[in-house]
Amino acid sequence: MRHLRTYVQIAWLWIRAAWQYPASFVLLAVGNGLVTGLDFVGLWIMFAHLRDLAGFALHEVALLYGSASLALALADTAISSVERIGTYIRTGRLDQMMTKPVPLLVQVCADQFSLRRLGRLTQAGVVLAWAGTYVEWTPLRALVAVSMIASGTLVFFGLFVGFSCVQFWTTDATEFANAFTYGGATVTQYPLSIFPREVLVGLTFVVPVAFVNWYPCLYLLGRTDPFGTPDAFRFASPLAALVTVGAALLVWRTGVRHYTSTGS
Amino acid sequence: MLHVAVASRAFRRYSTYRAATVAGIFTNSVFGVIYSYAYLALWRANPSAGGYDSQDAVTYVWLGQALLMTIALWGGGATDDLAERIRTGDVAIDLYRPVGLVGWYLASDLGRAAYHLLTRGLAPTLIGLIAFRIALPSSPVTALAFGVSVVLAVVVSFAIRFLVASTAFWLLDQSGVKVMSGAFAIFFSGMMLPLVLFPGWLGTLALGLPWASYVQVPADIWLGRHSGADLASALAFQVLWAVVLLAACHGVLRLATRKVVVQGG
Repeated sequence: MRHLRTYVQIAWLWIRAAWQYPASFVLLAVGNGLVTGLDFVGLWIMFAHLRDLAGFALHEVALLYGSASLALALADTAISSVERIGTYIRTGRLDQMMTKPVPLLVQVCADQFSLRRLGRLTQAGVVLAWAGTYVEWTPLRALVAVSMIASGTLVFFGLFVGFSCVQFWTTDATEFANAFTYGGATVTQYPLSIFPREVLVGLTFVVPVAFVNWYPCLYLLGRTDPFGTPDAFRFASPLAALVTVGAALLVWRTGVRHYTSTGS
Repeated sequence: MLHVAVASRAFRRYSTYRAATVAGIFTNSVFGVIYSYAYLALWRANPSAGGYDSQDAVTYVWLGQALLMTIALWGGGATDDLAERIRTGDVAIDLYRPVGLVGWYLASDLGRAAYHLLTRGLAPTLIGLIAFRIALPSSPVTALAFGVSVVLAVVVSFAIRFLVASTAFWLLDQSGVKVMSGAFAIFFSGMMLPLVLFPGWLGTLALGLPWASYVQVPADIWLGRHSGADLASALAFQVLWAVVLLAACHGVLRLATRKVVVQGG
């Protein structure tokens, strides 16, 4: 709890700093909103040629897209600079941080905190709200929806933190991580029924992004699973989130232990 | 000769980062697989969408991944160096060199593009060929025209990135404009979805904008959808945008050097 307060304090500092350049702030937020907005236009154009994509109608794909996009935006906002940890190592900034009485991960996550994902957050929220009007809501479904967003955010948080740790060992191959983080995010835009079973197994047990939206959305939409996986998976997102974050923290600790300063 | 030297140095500069190249190829390939399955699902539901068949569609995906870095779709490349030098004021040194600034940076960017084409272009294409049996050019003429088209794609993309970097003369920081420009590039190049799928006026508009030269035009040439006079006009479309945009680069540069006091000087 104490760490959360420190996090908020540092983040607030950076928000105030960014606001010193309002034009740049607005352009970045609008630009990021545009990237994701056009993303959804792309899906919409796809549906001009289709009635359904692998058995899923536009409003169902929108539910998948909106929930994953919202989770990604929240996670991406929360981690701020984790993806740039390699730069911190190179410039020696990480050493500086280690001397301060706040956990390293909290500092890195709060450092250069920015609301650049504000555009994506808004856009994802709008798509999700629209898709939500097609869902026949029950109290349990509402609960699953809330847990889906929270768990999805944690899964992406874990993936970003975990795969960024690659940079403790190599500062060159950082793009490797993108295949899992942004690749995972891209996968979740589509109904997973477009993939063969082996890919689904990978997305369930190896890079568990299927729990970000696919399984809970099957429940929200009241659909049978085209792959016939157990019904329990639909409620297992919080568990997947815990496992992912746990694994990521473990990797982070190993990375920090392994870390030897650049010496400069 | 000077420009050849600049280009070959840029080529070698990028070739230093081997691990980065391998990591990039891996990432391109993962995205290639994801989009291939998405497109296969689309073309299974509508087997003739946009006039492509499913093999054309999958080929398009892997060509897109192959061209992504070559044309520097997200921005970056030599023009990022320029933007940074404008910000720090070092551009003053570039301006009093006895060589044109645009030509210098274009040569450097072509060197970079050549490296990216041979590594991050070739490798994903081979993986697409093995894993998804993508189509190959049907004749040597098609292959040659594709090569010319890719060079033109890099020139058009360079000119747009140069213009974006030039905004730093006035804004000091190109990052906001760069993000905006990247968003348009992804959408209107056909990287996100082939432009042939865009309906009605949006399709007509997209096929007329310079970004169409990035992916859609080279890919259609590879797929053999242009031949004879049609092929010539597809290449002429790219040449036209290259000339217009390079002229704009020269114009903006003249404006900038006249109006702007370089920082630190």
